[in-house]
Amino acid sequence: MTGAAAAIEAPLLQMRGIDKSFPGVHALRGIDLSLAAGEVLALLGENGAGKSTLIKVLGGAHRPDGGSILINGTPVDIDSPADALRAGIGIIYQEFNLVPDLGAWENIFLGRERSVAGFIRRGEERRRARELFDRIGVRVPVDAPCGSLPVAHQQIVEIAKALSQEARVLVMDEPSAAITPTEVEHLFNIIRDLRTQGIGIIYISHRLDEIFEIADRVTVLRDGEHVGTAPIAGLTRQRMIEMMVGRRIENEFPKHHHPIGEARLAVRGLARGEAVRDVSFEVRRGEVLGLTGLVGAGRTETARLVFGADRRDAGTITLDGMPLDIRNPRDAIRHGICLLTEDRKSQGLVLGLSVRENFGLPNLPEFSAAGVVHRGRERDAFDRFVDSLRIKIPHREQAAGNLSGGNQQKVVLAKWLQRNAEVVIFDEPTRGIDVGAKYEIYLLLNELARAGKAVIMISSELPEVLGMSDRILVMHEGRITGTIEDVPAASQQDLMTLAVG
Amino acid sequence: MPKPSAHSAAGQFIRDYGMIFVLLLLVALFSVLTLAEQHPTGAEAGRQVADRIVDAAGKSAGVIIVTRDTAEDRAFSAAIAARLADLGPTVHATVNGSPADARRAIVAVLARGESIDAIAANDATSRWTVYGQFDGLSDALVVPRSHTWPNFLKMSNVLGVANQTAIYAIIAIGMTMVIITAGIDLSVGSLVALSSVAGALVIRDLGGGTEAGAGMMLAGLFGGIALCALAGAFSGAMVTAFRIPAFIVTLAMMLMASGLAFRLSKGASIPQLPESFFWIGGGVTLGLPNPVWLMIVLYVLAHLLMTRMTFGRYVYAIGGNAEAARLSGVPVKRVLLAVYTISGALAGLGGIVLASQLQAGDPKFGLMYELEVIAAVVVGGTSLLGGSGKILGTLIGAFIIAVIKNGMNLTNVDPFNQKIVLGAVLLGAVLIDTLKRRRA
Repeated sequence: MTGAAAAIEAPLLQMRGIDKSFPGVHALRGIDLSLAAGEVLALLGENGAGKSTLIKVLGGAHRPDGGSILINGTPVDIDSPADALRAGIGIIYQEFNLVPDLGAWENIFLGRERSVAGFIRRGEERRRARELFDRIGVRVPVDAPCGSLPVAHQQIVEIAKALSQEARVLVMDEPSAAITPTEVEHLFNIIRDLRTQGIGIIYISHRLDEIFEIADRVTVLRDGEHVGTAPIAGLTRQRMIEMMVGRRIENEFPKHHHPIGEARLAVRGLARGEAVRDVSFEVRRGEVLGLTGLVGAGRTETARLVFGADRRDAGTITLDGMPLDIRNPRDAIRHGICLLTEDRKSQGLVLGLSVRENFGLPNLPEFSAAGVVHRGRERDAFDRFVDSLRIKIPHREQAAGNLSGGNQQKVVLAKWLQRNAEVVIFDEPTRGIDVGAKYEIYLLLNELARAGKAVIMISSELPEVLGMSDRILVMHEGRITGTIEDVPAASQQDLMTLAVG
Repeated sequence: MPKPSAHSAAGQFIRDYGMIFVLLLLVALFSVLTLAEQHPTGAEAGRQVADRIVDAAGKSAGVIIVTRDTAEDRAFSAAIAARLADLGPTVHATVNGSPADARRAIVAVLARGESIDAIAANDATSRWTVYGQFDGLSDALVVPRSHTWPNFLKMSNVLGVANQTAIYAIIAIGMTMVIITAGIDLSVGSLVALSSVAGALVIRDLGGGTEAGAGMMLAGLFGGIALCALAGAFSGAMVTAFRIPAFIVTLAMMLMASGLAFRLSKGASIPQLPESFFWIGGGVTLGLPNPVWLMIVLYVLAHLLMTRMTFGRYVYAIGGNAEAARLSGVPVKRVLLAVYTISGALAGLGGIVLASQLQAGDPKFGLMYELEVIAAVVVGGTSLLGGSGKILGTLIGAFIIAVIKNGMNLTNVDPFNQKIVLGAVLLGAVLIDTLKRRRA
């Protein structure tokens, strides 16, 4: 690969036979990937398939055990993030690498400050930052601390940072996970624009709709192996899922309908500041109530008020006609209300404790006498859920932090099911969870509804809301803007109309 | 059914208590470095000498016993005399004193015309030159057999180390809990002083000082502990109710408690304590010093509390992720309040034990104890980030520090160098913890 002719024909980026093992895990087995200039390549795979590892190899965070990386046909050695930047590879991780207290321009040039005798040329850096934002086509305030910017803007700052480093290859790891549908549309326009500038983009997402909208080609990984690469035009949603999970999936949303009974949870006039304003609704026996809206519409906040995680300004909560006095999560739990938080890592689990200990946390009063925990009872109860929920863990003393998203969600669910919760509130139950585990979570939703629990499912994924709910509430700016009773007849467009007010 | 394999159980033990190997290594090191010829004296050695006299000189031998005037030597000579009385030889004279006394005794015995077949002596008295002045007497000396044994491992030294560590180790229990919740308690050193002063004041002013009865002594003991528990609860309330960082709250408490101790005592030591008060910190029960018993009992209780009880699980959960714990229904504030209260109470207990050992309450007690105690916790493998750590690890950590200090004293390491070594040990422990985390 030394001839000039070969270099011209070679794709922008090639990864050949990338191999990587960790103690006990063969994470990547000879992965091939190629990316042309001006192309959007979607990288698909379930959690644990090896996407993150592959990206970390590309970004210089992991050293591969074997294989080579070529840029424009020339092999490059990437031993550190600095090497990756030098090779023109910019990676935007799910967790942004921004200093919250610094402004956009300071973050963009962090570590590469333009200076004269140690004094930063602030004017030039600001001007260059504005130029970058112009190129991207979004006006982000350059001076405001990045921590105060909306997530979508922080993402733009990350993109600007990569562009300022002359990145030719841009990797985006789940860029749509934390932004609203309108912002996703913006992002896609930016991506299309970058594509015309000859930048190659690797786009990672679990949302298949997005892949169809933005990607030119798709590369699928499964269990550390390269399953296949194909142009998007020749693929169906069904086919992509099958490639990812390695088996046929009959129905993405296995909704069961159960007879709907009387109202169980009733919320009247719930309010907290600007976030939640006069919210009233009820959840009936055997029903899955979908709660959707844009990010920031007040859905999570509403759930937290019902659960007592935040103090409410006004509102009453009744369960089966009994008014409940809920002032903190302990009260809610005592009354049989539980909340599976959106962010499992920071709110749902104590990652350093074992899965068994996490499971026991809200259930210790049941498993203990005079303050002494009966660990045998705790173990037995947990083992029952390991079986019934099909939680995949090497052993029950496994630290919760080492599990995949789907299994973490199941552990959280197990701890609440043990409490015999009557009201189960799921906040984005399938976020960051791979297709196979999603399916199982859906089956559990059905199961809870069948058992007569009141189930609330908060979700931003409209296909999921439409596919799994018996009734849908839409929120906008802290208020409920609409209720959809006839779910099968509703469309994503209907929901969006209500969601934007 | 998932089960941890035997292999992982062993691995878990090494992860949790790997520091015990460091401790054993240190013990081995200082044992080798302090190997020395040991010359026993005392009752056991005395019986041995008596037997050897009979073997060498027969049952009708004439014997004199020469020892110094110390408690150990008196026990030694008494044991020889008693044993010889059983076996047959006649003791013509017993000397408990100086070479001059020995000389006078020998002269007197010889003057009476009695034979001296054996002189029972120990290592010290056998070196006296007085015997050379009499014909053949140097050959009649019988001394206990000497043997080689590390000074470090002598029972008196081991118990001494345990006794000196006990107070730090007791306070470190509370500190471990606080640090597992991702907090810190800098006030424990000052609380030691406050407790000693408060306890001593109760006994002096309410109980009549050296004449105080058991009731007033108990009142002083529990008064000191309760006051410190209250101070701990106050710190805990500041941390939970107002979310002020524990570092700042307990730094303030450290100043306030120290100031209060000086104010109450008017800056002076309070030595008016009854003799019997010494029993708490200075007494010996079943061969072990009382503070060591106290330490053992408290560690067993704390270990059970942290591993088997709801409370312990909550402490770990709060340190690992306070928000997730709260949303799981853990009474976060109540547990934090309890943890700081326990830390204060144990510091108070440490102050009472110290006052008992030193027979005084003193506002200058406990200086820098917080650092010593935090060092023990950290060396014992508890992470300052919270969420992980083991109570028994702290015990090991406290002993690692104590053994290093004691070993350096025995091997005559310069005190200035000792500080440098201790600093390096602390750094090394944190380094190991950090590397362990990175690998995991």
